[in-house]
Amino acid sequence: MADDTGAPTAPSTAIDIAWHVRNNVESATAVVERHLAEIERRESDIHAFNLVLADEARARAAEIDEAVSVGRDPGPLAGVPIALKDNMCTRGIPTTCSSRILDGWKPPYDATIVTKLHDAGAIVIGKTNLDEFAMGSSTENSAFGATRNPHDTTRVPGGSSGGSAAAVAAGFAPVSLGSDTGGSIRQPAALCGVVGVKPTYGAVSRYGLVAFASSLDQIGPFATTVADASLLLESISGHDPMDSTSIQRGPLEITRQLDFGVAGLRVGRITDLPEGASPDVVERLEQAFDELRAAGAEIVDVEVPAFTYGLTAYYLIAPAEASSNLARYDGVRFGHRVDAPDTNAMYMATRTDGFGAEVKRRIMLGTYALSAGYYDAYYGRALKVRRRIAADFATAYERADVLLTPASPTVAFHLGDKTSDPMSMYLCDTYTIPSNLTGDPGMSVPFGTGDDGLPVGIQVLAPALQEATMFRTAAVLEQRAPR
Amino acid sequence: MSAAAPWAFEGYEMVVGLEVHVELATRTKLFSASPNRFGDEPNTHIDPVTLGLPGALPVLNRQAVELAMRLGLALNCTVQRSTFARKNYFYPDMPKAYQISQYDEPICVDGHLDLPDGFRVGIERAHLEEDTGKSTHVGGTGGRLHGSDHSLIDFNRAGVPLVEIVSRPDLRSPEQAKAYVSELRAILVAVGASDAKMEEGSMRVDANVSVRRPGAEFGTRCEIKNVNSVRSVGRAIEYEAQRQIGMLDAGESIRQETRHWDETDGRTHTLRSKEDADDYRYFQEPDLVVVDPDPEWIERVRASLPVLPAARRVRLAEATGQAPDAEAVLVVTDRDQDAYVLAVAGAGGDAGRALVHVKEAFADEGARPSLPAADLAVLTRMEVAGELTATQAKQVLAEMAAGGGGDARAIAAAKGFEAMDTSELESMVDDAIAAQPDAWTKFCAGEGKAMGALVGAVMKASKGQADGRAVTALLEQRRAQAFD
Repeated sequence: MADDTGAPTAPSTAIDIAWHVRNNVESATAVVERHLAEIERRESDIHAFNLVLADEARARAAEIDEAVSVGRDPGPLAGVPIALKDNMCTRGIPTTCSSRILDGWKPPYDATIVTKLHDAGAIVIGKTNLDEFAMGSSTENSAFGATRNPHDTTRVPGGSSGGSAAAVAAGFAPVSLGSDTGGSIRQPAALCGVVGVKPTYGAVSRYGLVAFASSLDQIGPFATTVADASLLLESISGHDPMDSTSIQRGPLEITRQLDFGVAGLRVGRITDLPEGASPDVVERLEQAFDELRAAGAEIVDVEVPAFTYGLTAYYLIAPAEASSNLARYDGVRFGHRVDAPDTNAMYMATRTDGFGAEVKRRIMLGTYALSAGYYDAYYGRALKVRRRIAADFATAYERADVLLTPASPTVAFHLGDKTSDPMSMYLCDTYTIPSNLTGDPGMSVPFGTGDDGLPVGIQVLAPALQEATMFRTAAVLEQRAPR
Repeated sequence: MSAAAPWAFEGYEMVVGLEVHVELATRTKLFSASPNRFGDEPNTHIDPVTLGLPGALPVLNRQAVELAMRLGLALNCTVQRSTFARKNYFYPDMPKAYQISQYDEPICVDGHLDLPDGFRVGIERAHLEEDTGKSTHVGGTGGRLHGSDHSLIDFNRAGVPLVEIVSRPDLRSPEQAKAYVSELRAILVAVGASDAKMEEGSMRVDANVSVRRPGAEFGTRCEIKNVNSVRSVGRAIEYEAQRQIGMLDAGESIRQETRHWDETDGRTHTLRSKEDADDYRYFQEPDLVVVDPDPEWIERVRASLPVLPAARRVRLAEATGQAPDAEAVLVVTDRDQDAYVLAVAGAGGDAGRALVHVKEAFADEGARPSLPAADLAVLTRMEVAGELTATQAKQVLAEMAAGGGGDARAIAAAKGFEAMDTSELESMVDDAIAAQPDAWTKFCAGEGKAMGALVGAVMKASKGQADGRAVTALLEQRRAQAFD
C-alpha cells in the first residue's frame, strides 16, 4: 500500500493490518515489532501496561506468519496486536486486576475471549493497567501506579479501563479490550479520544473476566475507528456454554450495516438528562445532534425520568455484588497471604494488606447494603430502581431508535483532582451507568475536542442487541466529527 | 415397627423437624464438569469453578436438577420456578466464600412423606445447593479446628450437588424421626437420587427439637448437628428433649442455639447461639439464570418414577396377608426382595411362607437371591400341604440355597423328612401331658406360657420333626376334651 506520495505507509487500523497480514503484504512479525517499538518509545511516560508480552507476541507472530506462508488463513484479526485489560484471565500469565491481593497468581485457564481472539488470529501484546478490580474512573486506584493520558500526560486517561484506552490512543496496539461495569470502557474512551463499546449484557462471555459486579460487567472493545470496534466485537461475541448469562445466539452482526447511514433513524434527546456536563461537552453534544439531523436522522425528545437515580442504585448494587465477589480473596488458595496466628486473623491481615482504599470502601458499602435489617432499604430498593430505569428506557425506545448523551461530563481531568473526593469521581459515570443497569449497549465515539483541545466523546445508546443501529449512528458521527 | 406409643415425658411432648442433606448421584458436580466421586485422592476432582478461581463461572448441571425433581415428585412436592442465591460467609473449605444455594425460591415445595404406619409428615421444601470442601485439622485434639497445628483441605467434595429436604415440625417421637429418616432414605435410593449412605456422609441429618405442653404454642427450638446414623437421630432427639424439659422444670428458659451431638458421651453441646449466627447476606446469584422446568419435563420425570417403597409394601402386605408396617414387610422391602417374594407367589408358592423364609434366610442376598423363585415356591407348597414342618423346611431351604437351587422334594426325601403319622404324634402329645402334669394344669387354666413346655417336650421327643402347628392343634383339642 502507498499514500498519495507513493511512499509506503504502515497500516494502523486492525482491518488494514489483518488485510496486509492475510495477503502477505506485511508480516505479523513486522507488525508486532512496530508496536513493540512504539511501546518502547512512550510506555514509560504513559504506563498503559502492567505487563508487556513481547516474547509471547513475537512467538505468536511467527506462528501466524508460518500459517500464512503455507496458505492457511489465520483469521479475521490476523496479526492484529491487542492489549487486554489485566482483569481477563490469561493461562500461565499473571492476571493482577492491578491489586496486590493477586500477587503471584497465574490463571490455569484462558478467558473465553482470549480463546476467541486466538482463533481469530489476534496477538495479545500485553495486559493493561486498571483501577484496582475495575473500581474507579481514572486508573489512579492501581496498586502499580496511575496510567497517564496520551493526549496530556498530566491528565488521567479515565477508568477503570484506562490502560486499554491509553494503549490504543498511544498507538501501542490498534485495538484493546476493556470491561465496563458502570462506564469503564466508554468514559476512558471519551477521555482518550478513541472508540469504546459496552455491548449488550450477555453478548460477550464473561468466563475468565475477574468479576467486579457480575450483573453489570461486560467486556467490550477499544479501537481507533468504529469499523475496527465492529470487527473486534463481532469476533468476541456469541454464546458461551461456560457463561450461563451469555445470550443464546451467534456472534453480533454489525459490520454489514455500518454504511447504512442514519436517514430516517429516530435519534432521541433525553430532555430530563441529569445536569453536570461542562459547557464544552454540551456544545459538542448539540453539534452531534445537528450533524445527525443533517445526515437525515429525525431528532426526537424523550424522557427517562429514572435516569437520574441510576448513580445511586449503581452504588448499592455494584458494591453489594463486589462484596461477595471479592470475598474469595482470603489468602487460602492463591494470591497474597499475610500469615497470622489463626484463620480469621490471617483473613484480616491478608485483606487489609492486599486491597487498596477504594476496594475496601466498596466492600464495606456493599456488605452494609446487604446486611440483615438494611437489605430492603438499600439493596432491595436499588433493585426496584433498576427495574424502573429499565422500564423508562423501554418507553423511550418506543419513540427513538438510539439516544445520544455525553459519554463523560468533562474532558480528561488532572491526576489527583478527584482522588480525595470519591463522590466527585463517582459522578464521572453519571451518563454511562444506566445502560449497565438495563443491560443495553452503549458506546462512546470521539467527536471533536473541548477545553484545552482535549477529546470529547459522544455516547450512543441503543436497546438490547441493537448494536448494528448503534454502530451505524456512531459511524456517521465519526465521519462528521469536527476536525 | 408399628405405631409407637406417643412420646411423653412429665407432661411434655416433643416437636421435631428434620433437615436432611443428601448428595445427589450425578456424574459431575453441580456447577462444573469435575466428577462427583467419593473416596479418591484429595484434590483430584477440582477445576477453576470448584476452586472459586477469579473469573470462573458456574453452569448448572441439568442432571442435578432432574434428580432434585425426581425426589421432589416422589415426596409429593410441587416443582416450581426457582432461583439460586449466594449465602456469604468465610470458611477455608468454602472456596468462593459464598455457597450457591436456593433460598427464597426452592425447586420443590409443599410435599409429604407417609411413614409405614400411615403417619403423614409434611415436607416444607427441598432445594438444591452445593457442598463445601472438607477440612482435616491436624494436631490438637479430636480433629477439631480449635487447638490444631494446621489444617488440610480436600476440595473433591466442594461443589458436589446436595438437596436439602426440610420437613415440617410434625414429628413427635424419636421412633417417628427414625422412621422418617429410614423411609426418606428408601425413597431416595428407589428413585436413584442418591445412595444416601449416612456412614459415608452422603446423607446428613440436622434435627430441630423443641418441647411443649400438648396443645401449647411451639417452644424455643435448638438445632442439633452431627447426627450421623438413624440410631443417633433417635438418641440425640431423646437426649435433647429431656435436656430441654429439665431446664423448663428448673424454671429456666431455652436459648435458641445450634448444638453438636456427641456420639461418645451421648449428649448435645452448645456450638453457637443465635446471637453469634452469621449474617449470610443472601442475594440472588447473578451468575446463574432462573430454573423453570416446563410442565412437559416435569411430567416426563413423574412418569419415569419407579413404584415407591410405600406402594411396594402395600403390595407385599396384600400378597402375604400382613400389615404394611409388619416387620417382615418392612425388612424385605427395604432389601428390595419384595419382588422376589411376589415371584415365588407367581410361581405357585405361598407368599406368606416365602416372606418368612426370605426375611430370615436371605439377609445377605440382594434384590435377586440366587435361589430360583420357582424352587422356593415348591418348598412353600410342601409346607402349606403339611408335608414339611417349619423346622424341616428351613433345613431344606439351607441346602437348596447353598446349591443355588434344587428340588425341595428330593432334598426332603433324602433327609428322610416325611409328614409324621397322626397317631404317632398323638401318643407323643399324651406322653408329654403325662410327664408334665403341672404344665398341663396351668395350660388348662389358660396360661399360654405353659404350652411352650408341652410343645417343647414333643419336639424333643420327635427330634424336631413334629410340626409345631399340628402339636399346638392337638394340645388344644385335648384341652377341649378335658372340659367336655
